[in-house]
Amino acid sequence: MSGAGKPVLRQKVLVLYLANSALDAPTVAWAVYDGTGKTLHMAGDADEPPYATGLAALQDGWRLFQAAQLLPHARGEEFDLAYLKYEFFFEQLVEIAP
Amino acid sequence: MTPPPRLSSVQMARFVARGFLRFDGVVPDDINRQFMAEAGEIPDAQDGVRIRTLYGAALAANAIPEVPAGTPLAEAYAPGSALARLLALPLVRGAVESLMGDRPVFDHHFLHVTFPPAYHAAGGGENVSQHTHQDSTIDPRTAFDLQIMYYPHAVTRPMGGTRFIPGTHLRKVSEVALGRYQNIRGQQHMVCEAGTLLFLHHGIWHGGGVNLSDRTRYMFKIRMHASGPQTRRWDLSDLPPQGQGPGPQRPIFYRKSMLEADTVATVLTTPEPWFEQDTGRLEYVNRIRLWRYLSEDPTFDVDYWMTRLETGPV
Repeated sequence: MSGAGKPVLRQKVLVLYLANSALDAPTVAWAVYDGTGKTLHMAGDADEPPYATGLAALQDGWRLFQAAQLLPHARGEEFDLAYLKYEFFFEQLVEIAP
Repeated sequence: MTPPPRLSSVQMARFVARGFLRFDGVVPDDINRQFMAEAGEIPDAQDGVRIRTLYGAALAANAIPEVPAGTPLAEAYAPGSALARLLALPLVRGAVESLMGDRPVFDHHFLHVTFPPAYHAAGGGENVSQHTHQDSTIDPRTAFDLQIMYYPHAVTRPMGGTRFIPGTHLRKVSEVALGRYQNIRGQQHMVCEAGTLLFLHHGIWHGGGVNLSDRTRYMFKIRMHASGPQTRRWDLSDLPPQGQGPGPQRPIFYRKSMLEADTVATVLTTPEPWFEQDTGRLEYVNRIRLWRYLSEDPTFDVDYWMTRLETGPV
């Protein structure tokens, strides 16, 4: 719900998974969620990333709002692998018609 | 019965490294046609009828049997049925025996049907791809189950065949917890001719693609596990003796020539496009560990990834 005269904003979210913890490292996986409803993204819909690096996303106006922590490796579990490690969340706030 | 052809060491190494083996067009057309007849027809889309309703009715009516988990695979399908004939193909028998050993045990099977847009429009559902996931649940074993994906008819790219990400099978994740990853570099989409088989390690990340064509897509999956040892079951004729140390090692990093292609060592240390720079090395470690298990050789190594960690003071 919006007040009179205020812009109506929706969030677009871009998630990039990079090859190491540096924002200028290459993208290895990605996801896009569009809160405006104008586009629908889903698993398997693109074989090339929207940005080659996290830095390229910043340069295109995306705002970083969360980055994965670097955590020490538990003794005895040093070689256990599970989820992708270098996850970066970006957003854009997009004005939509009220 | 003539022994079926076993997998080669390099094929086994590919399965260890990438989590899959693909055999294109190996099931004869008469088996494919028989399977499609046994799988039955799905009625046309009808306004107001949900896909779940059509799907459930089709599964109930078709000729593919219910099979209890734990049934010996050899007893899962009636002699002469399409699936019994498929499993009796020498290539299939040889690959299954190479990966599972003798007498594998049936876990479950399923007829995956992916519907064209008209069905979603008529039934009021959304036509989207399946989230990427790992089957079953967190599985900490070194041993592995085998999933055979059978494509009984040709699959085009618009039909949205199975999507899978080579090399993800050694990661210990919890089913669809990874659903957030929409796309991963190196992902593959099954586009294939009729009669294609995809042999998957149970841990590989995968999902059904969205069907944007006008044809209903079928895929049949059979999961099985070993009933005994699944080690040293392939064609071992080109393997060096076990337990002789890490074996002849190659120069590491500083090399003046290209690596020899299609060797076990090269296959086990070939990265995937999605590998992170540091954990990609841990993937090599985990591949070497799986190869040690399968070859029953606890001293095997490639490029010192394990030896370096295991060497203490002299």
